[in-house]
Amino acid sequence: MLRRVETLVQRASPVFIDVDGRRVAAEPGESLAVALAISGITTLRMSPERGEPRGMFCLMGVCQECAVRVDGCRTTACTEPVRAGMVVETGGGWSD
Amino acid sequence: MERLSAEPDLLVLGAGPAGVGAALAGAACGLDTLIVDEAAESGGQIYRSLHPGLRLRSGADLGPDARVGDVQRRWLAENPVRRAFGRRVWSVDAALRVDAMGRDGPETWRPHALVVATGTTERIVPFPGWTLPGVIGLAAATILLKSQQVLPGERTVVAGCGPLLVAVAFNILKAGGNVAAVIDLSGPADWLAALPGLALRPGLALRGLGWARAVRSAGVPTLFRHGIHAVRGAAGALEVEVAPVSAARGWMTGGTLRRFAADGLVVGHGLTPAIEVTRLLRARHVFRPAWGGWVPECDAEGRASIPHLYVAGDGAGIAGAVPAYLHGRLAGLAAARDLGQPEAASLRWERAALRRALFRSVRAGRAVAAMMALRPGHVAGIPAETVVCRCEDVTRADIEAAVAAGAREMNQVKAWTRCGMGPCQGRMCGEVVAELVAAHVGGREAAGSFTGRAPLRPISLGALTGEFSYSDIPIPQSAPL
Repeated sequence: MLRRVETLVQRASPVFIDVDGRRVAAEPGESLAVALAISGITTLRMSPERGEPRGMFCLMGVCQECAVRVDGCRTTACTEPVRAGMVVETGGGWSD
Repeated sequence: MERLSAEPDLLVLGAGPAGVGAALAGAACGLDTLIVDEAAESGGQIYRSLHPGLRLRSGADLGPDARVGDVQRRWLAENPVRRAFGRRVWSVDAALRVDAMGRDGPETWRPHALVVATGTTERIVPFPGWTLPGVIGLAAATILLKSQQVLPGERTVVAGCGPLLVAVAFNILKAGGNVAAVIDLSGPADWLAALPGLALRPGLALRGLGWARAVRSAGVPTLFRHGIHAVRGAAGALEVEVAPVSAARGWMTGGTLRRFAADGLVVGHGLTPAIEVTRLLRARHVFRPAWGGWVPECDAEGRASIPHLYVAGDGAGIAGAVPAYLHGRLAGLAAARDLGQPEAASLRWERAALRRALFRSVRAGRAVAAMMALRPGHVAGIPAETVVCRCEDVTRADIEAAVAAGAREMNQVKAWTRCGMGPCQGRMCGEVVAELVAAHVGGREAAGSFTGRAPLRPISLGALTGEFSYSDIPIPQSAPL
């Protein structure tokens, strides 16, 4: 599992975000994909044909595997910085 | 926020080392220069900054790359370069009109010259289990470590090829994590073959050697000439099965399988130039495997086949961060000259010096790039039922069936199988699909590429149009009968 490292940096106090109706602690400014993975939310969508779990992969906004909805807008979780109170829906970001 | 001119002299797309070099050179020549990037800060992948929530502890040192990144960020801030970061560019048209989406909505620029400095995409050759959560790219791992200060796992397998392998393994150990094994497609002989080129950059070579020594003395097993055979399990509990590969072609040789338990797998098989913008502009490209694959055809100063279009850095052929910065500066100077900007004597001198320095550093970079070049047997060995296109779940068997049914180039495969039609637009699978098709049609040139199309990144139509009511839409007068 992913783990935050403290040796070189001081971290801001955590904030809370809403993920599929669940309250999840995360650090402001960090990548949303990272925050989700650290909270154990590693599956962000199911693949379209085989229905297999998928999660963050490239971490630079290319592969789109970590697509989610943030406050109603589809975006890649890896490029989205965590903000207090953000409302996140997993599942690929395509559903309405 | 400062209002950005809609018609800058020079727009630089990408704020890694090449983009920063181009923007600084353009500004030094008196061009009204704008630099645009998706990230919130400059640096690209190599010099990526800490995320804004992190504060460096006093006395802590993030290493030489971070220091260079900080210097480049300071240069950008101290020079008259306007910055538009956090912008996702989704279209560039033939008139060099650039359309982007930012947090505050859509923006359009019409620069007189455009430098494309979009760097590279990581190539990952599929293997069974590569789509499991917990498996990420090598480049992704560097982002976790550098920018997020996060370990990819408590116990990670690091696999693939090229210098990133040992760099990532070293940085995992340094951050207090464990590396279960380093699985390198290359063998010691491949590293030796790269030595003459690497000797041109002794500092870099010694740094790499130091990392390798540290990884070995930490007791991490390094398996040369091995690749991943399969990964099983689930996020947090992966079993990584590795097998020996042949030297040059990357075939699995059928030797003994070894298994490693891990909670993370980071894997990367080299870098390939990110050419979606020049593809979209229908610039001429040439296929150069030793440079990373398809590259835009450019002269030594980055001029592409379209007037006032320049390509700088790894996007013009993989060579690394130092040559990228030099190449960027050359492209910026070229753009200024081509726009009729008088060139100061000092800049003329710099141009000559840059070309000499670039020649040396590119040679070193290409020696490394050669180790990361795609091995033909590697793609040929992908099992039939393995997913190649992650977005649309298209397997190798689906692609082979399309080729057997008559698909002769990539766009036919795309139309018949949906391969490359998903949200990543073929960025992740394109290289591999091209190799699979090329094996049947006589080479990569014949196999072609997925046609570049806007939008370059998924954007929402709602964000593009903004709020409107139907009465706002102008209805054209109907023509008289």
